[in-house]
Amino acid sequence: MTQSVVVQVGQCGNQVGCCFWDLALREHAAVNQKGIYDEAISSFFRNVDTRVVGDGSSISKGKIRSLKARAVLIDMEEGVVNEILQGPLRDVFDSKQLITDISGSGNNWAVGHKVFGNLYREQILEKLRKSAEHCDCLQCFFIIHSMGGGTGSGLGTFLLKVLEDEFPEVYRFVTSVYPSSEDDVITSPYNSILAMKELNEHADCVLPIDNQSLFDIISRIDLVVSSGKLGPTVKQDSLVTSSARALKRHKKPFDAMNNIVANLLLHLTSSARFEGSLNMDLNEISMNLVPFPQLHYLVSSLTPLYTLADVNIPPRRLDQMFSDAFNKDHQLIQADPKHSLYLACALMVRGNVQISDLRRNIERLKPSLQFVSWNQEGWKTSLCSVPPVGHSHSLLALANNTCVKPTFIELRERFMRLYKKKAHLHHYLQVEGMEESCFTEAVSSLSALIQEYNQLDATKSVPVEDVPRLSIAV
Amino acid sequence: MAVVTVQLGQCGNQIGFEVFDALFTDSQCSQGFCSKRENEAYQASCTERFFREENGVPIARAVLVDMEPKVINQMLSKAAQPGRWKYDQHARFCQKQGSGNNWAYGYSVHGPKHAESIMNLIQKEVEKCDSLSGFFIIMSIAGGTGSGLGAFLTQHLQDHYSNALKMNQIIWPYGTGEVIVQNYNSILTLSHLYRSSDALLVHENDAVHKICAKLMSTKQISFRDINQVLAHQLGSVFQPTHSAECSFHYRTNPLGDLMEHLVPHPEFKMLGVRTIPQMSETSLPYSTFTWNGLLKRLRQMLISNAKMDEGIDWQVRPPLPKLPPPGKMCLNREQHFNTSLANLLILRGKDVQNANLEGFRDPALYTSWLGPADAFSAWKTPRAFNRYERSAALVSNGQFFVRPLDAVVGKAWNMFASKAYIHQYTKFGIEEEDFLDSFTLLEQVVASYRNLF
Repeated sequence: MTQSVVVQVGQCGNQVGCCFWDLALREHAAVNQKGIYDEAISSFFRNVDTRVVGDGSSISKGKIRSLKARAVLIDMEEGVVNEILQGPLRDVFDSKQLITDISGSGNNWAVGHKVFGNLYREQILEKLRKSAEHCDCLQCFFIIHSMGGGTGSGLGTFLLKVLEDEFPEVYRFVTSVYPSSEDDVITSPYNSILAMKELNEHADCVLPIDNQSLFDIISRIDLVVSSGKLGPTVKQDSLVTSSARALKRHKKPFDAMNNIVANLLLHLTSSARFEGSLNMDLNEISMNLVPFPQLHYLVSSLTPLYTLADVNIPPRRLDQMFSDAFNKDHQLIQADPKHSLYLACALMVRGNVQISDLRRNIERLKPSLQFVSWNQEGWKTSLCSVPPVGHSHSLLALANNTCVKPTFIELRERFMRLYKKKAHLHHYLQVEGMEESCFTEAVSSLSALIQEYNQLDATKSVPVEDVPRLSIAV
Repeated sequence: MAVVTVQLGQCGNQIGFEVFDALFTDSQCSQGFCSKRENEAYQASCTERFFREENGVPIARAVLVDMEPKVINQMLSKAAQPGRWKYDQHARFCQKQGSGNNWAYGYSVHGPKHAESIMNLIQKEVEKCDSLSGFFIIMSIAGGTGSGLGAFLTQHLQDHYSNALKMNQIIWPYGTGEVIVQNYNSILTLSHLYRSSDALLVHENDAVHKICAKLMSTKQISFRDINQVLAHQLGSVFQPTHSAECSFHYRTNPLGDLMEHLVPHPEFKMLGVRTIPQMSETSLPYSTFTWNGLLKRLRQMLISNAKMDEGIDWQVRPPLPKLPPPGKMCLNREQHFNTSLANLLILRGKDVQNANLEGFRDPALYTSWLGPADAFSAWKTPRAFNRYERSAALVSNGQFFVRPLDAVVGKAWNMFASKAYIHQYTKFGIEEEDFLDSFTLLEQVVASYRNLF
């Protein structure tokens, strides 16, 4: 089986990453009852005999001794990483996996990208190589970062290029948290646009997420829970209640929000880790969902957000899970896939769901969705038999859809508002290697991407016609 | 003579397991509705074809190939139940990372890299056969490993075992909803197999899915249900039959005989299977059938191109013997009547010698250049199959296949015109030229079948 390495960068990246490791451990603990280190666990964890001094102590088989996360933690301040190291997850990381600084990037992409990038390049590379050496078949790097700040945005995208140069065969999947419009970081539009150019050029797949959508989803869950509709039937370990115990804090909205993102990654990799009647390996994601190299932004939704305690799946509720996946209220970014154009769509199902359930729902939903003319049947599906902890079934829908465009357009508008006034520009230009052209190139890269989506949207009104076929002399 | 099965990819390995399980279960079944002697001869013949013995345990003559370990591990442990059959633990080959639904990756990367090891495993299995009838290669055409590596290996088998027959059991993907690039992968696979395989036996997921829903009355249909129906159909074709009318000897060269009857011309090598009756185990004891009734329905299924014994269009009739001008007739026929190039009818069960086969000897069913004497044959055994007192399977080479092939080529062509996903293939050395070659060959196949008369 293959392995993946998670690279969590910046405050947001590390908080989400922390939730991810907590949930990943719990998921494997629930599935793996025997305590034997198996291939499923090996995809995200090493098994290490801590009694042996040094590094060459990985155990490939037998009992689970001490699990170490296949992760590299990077932050240019110490707060979050220190908190992780003092929390319950401290044993899954060791000091060899960390890179921290004390000064922070000051919400400046240029500081993260140019200053810290150059300063820490070798050190980052060394940790990445080390983590790669521990894998016998490294398939994917998962980068978790935010777009609005300095470290995640700047250093996070810097290391994308490093990964591309150093590990060209290994996929780069990026989970990018986009700032909401009421973001308190004033320079976030700059940081986001500068980071977007790097994502355009060096990522295989980007899963955009925005805080506002996560917040809305959490509010909706809270509403249902507090209204008493679910009552005592909400499961203890389900998405709703699993606060990030890894960070020693009381429940805050951010914890629940980070949990959603962590669940996204867990679900995304479930079919590669566990058995199922229709497997979907990570390399199938970009193969099926990325028709053209640049168009690699996938809008995701996770349903159901909560599951009642009953084990059997009444067909109606199962079908509701599929309907919700296309609803704009369930997307992890503010977008409406139903009223935009699909280039491709994947449905990844976990739990007790069969191929006939999938087919019934695709047939049911297809008429309400619009697909690009050359991919009228652009559906990819997978069935993983292991459900998430506390649920009986769940669905991750990934949409390559022009509905991401408004987010990009809005980002560009906010960027232009600042840039016209040259506001805060000097903070960037004083960084070595940073020129005005970096801004203009970044914005034109984004405009080119928007233009591609525009062109696709323009085909919506054109009736679908078959291309004349090759004629054969009979 | 023995058949060596090669199971490729997730689909091939899942189906392969069900096929061996069905063959084994049927051959061990005591309810054969025949004499003890007959039953023993049948069992012996089945074993010779598909199993060998090791310490008294039947071992499937199979090589399991996948590029990732999960599915093969699952199948090996499923086949390890005591008192039944097993796979040879050594006859498997898997890697860590799958082909990612990319035909080019399976064909151009995994193929050259692993062909030698896989061919060695196949050779070891061949050496354990007293004599080899040929290879049965089970694969889907939609994904990456079954389709890409499958095409590569079939070519290798053709080079190394040019005298042995190669039959590819190909699984045709659902029209929509499995793999987005399935039409690309399918045309690449089909065009390559058309050059290197002796016959392609086609099963469509959509058709088998319908059988599960309508005939087997399965509510929540899983891939296991689908694969079991498929295994039943294959079993009813490949289980032993008598070599000739009134003979008590079982046919020895199953693949050779089958292809001799069904593939009269290398331009036409697509085969399909229909079986009758097919029903859930619970309704089986309450049903009785006569040969007359079964064969009448099966014949209508054939000419109206129905995949199952339900919703048959009884209006379709063979054209009148006086031939109208070819052009007009082609159009007519395409819509309704399914012209056969060759048919093989396999009958199993009670009073099989009394079955009246005249309906299948009607010259109007066949092309003008191959009459029923050559185009039709029937195999029989009084041994009942899978507890069905009477059952029939029809393997045919005919126009049934034009519509699905035409649809796949059309969808792939539409996508190809936009150049979508092509970069995923060129990355591994499959260029636009290669696609064009595949399109050309398959358009030719469509045209050849469409113009049968």
